[in-house]
Amino acid sequence: MADPMKIRAQMKGDVAEIRVLMSHAMETGQRKDAAGKTVPAHFIQSLTVEVGGKKVIDGQTGTSVSRNPVFGFKMKGAKVGDKVVVNWVDNKGDKRSDEAAIA
Amino acid sequence: MKRSLIGALCVMAVAGGTFAQAPKKPAPKAPAQVAPVEAAEAKDAATLEFEKFRAEMEESNPAELFEMKGEEQWKTRRGPKNVSLAESCDLGQGVGKVEGAYVRMPRYFADADAVMDAERRIVWCMVEKQGFKFADIAARPFANENFTPDITNLVTYVAGHSRNMKIAVPLDDPKVREAWEIGKEIAAYRAGPYDFSCNTCHGSDNKRIRMQNLPNISTPRGALMGVQGWPGYRMTGGVMLTHQWRMGDCFRQQRFPQPKYASDAVADLLTYMIGNANGQVYKGPGIKR
Repeated sequence: MADPMKIRAQMKGDVAEIRVLMSHAMETGQRKDAAGKTVPAHFIQSLTVEVGGKKVIDGQTGTSVSRNPVFGFKMKGAKVGDKVVVNWVDNKGDKRSDEAAIA
Repeated sequence: MKRSLIGALCVMAVAGGTFAQAPKKPAPKAPAQVAPVEAAEAKDAATLEFEKFRAEMEESNPAELFEMKGEEQWKTRRGPKNVSLAESCDLGQGVGKVEGAYVRMPRYFADADAVMDAERRIVWCMVEKQGFKFADIAARPFANENFTPDITNLVTYVAGHSRNMKIAVPLDDPKVREAWEIGKEIAAYRAGPYDFSCNTCHGSDNKRIRMQNLPNISTPRGALMGVQGWPGYRMTGGVMLTHQWRMGDCFRQQRFPQPKYASDAVADLLTYMIGNANGQVYKGPGIKR
C-alpha cells in the first residue's frame, strides 16, 4: 500500500495555501537498472483535491513529475476548518487518499 | 559555571599539548566571528540564488515524509524481541524521549561504553533492545533510489524533534572531549592517492568546488554549515541521506577506504564537527540539491 501524504493547509489573509507532499517513486519508464533492464514506468496519473466538499482540482500528472512530488496551490473562498481531501491514483491502480483541515 | 568550564578546557588544552590552538568553545565569541563571514557572503550572487532556491524547497521538504515513517517505526513493536524503541531506547534524555535528543548528541552512553552520534545510538538500540542483527543493518545502511533503510527514517524522525533547538554536544564530558580530539586528528589526517585530508577542503575559509562553497568546519559557523541540513533529502535521485552517510562519502571523495558503519571513527568525526557548532540553532532535517 502507498505511504501517507503530508498535507499542510493554512489561511493567509483570504487566501488558502495548500501544499501536499506525496510519497511516490514516480518512475519514468526510461531508467535502466544495474542489470540493464528497463525499470517499468510507475507514476501518479490522476490527482484530485476537494476543499470543503467541493472539487477544486481534477488533474492529470505524468512522468515528468519528480519522485516524492510536492503539489502546492493557493485558492480563495476557503475558510479555517474546511476539510481538504487529496486523492491520487497511479498507473498501476494503486491509490491513496488523505485529508487535513485548513488551519 | 561557564567561566569554570572555559577554565577547564584551557587546562586540558595545555595538558594535551597536541592542540594547535585553544579550543574555540566559549560561546560569547561566536557572534563576533559570524558577522564578517555573513557580510562577505552577501556579495556572492550565486550564493544568494542558492539560498533563495533552498528557502523555497525547505517549505515543503519531502524529508517530512520520512519523518512520518520514522515516527511509526519508532512507536511500533518490532524485531525479534518485539519491543518498540519508544519503550526501550534512551537517546540520552530518558527512555523513549526524542525531544531535543538529536542536538545533544554525540554523547557518551555508559551502557554501551561509547560515544555515539544519533544514528549509531539508534542502531545500538535496534540491536540491543529489539534484537536486530548489526550485520543486517550494516549490510545496507544507506538509502538509494530504490530503497530506504528503516534506520534512515528513524534518524530523520529523531532529528525532526530537535528543530530550531540549540546544538549542545556535552564537550565537558571527558569521554566526549576525547572523541572530539580524536575527531580533530582524523580531520587533519592526510593520506591516500591525493594526499588529502578533510581539512584540505574544510580546514580554511573561502574554498569552493565548482559552485559549492566549502565550510571551514574548524569555525563555529563553518561547522554549523556542515551540520545543518543533515539528515537531508537529496533532490538528485530523491533519496534521504544521513550524516553518517555524508561522512562516509567524504572519505570516498578523498579516495580513502570507507569507514565502518556506526564506528568509533565516524562518531569521533561527528563529535568534532557537531561539537564545533555548539550553541547555534539546528533547523531540522534539510534538503539538498
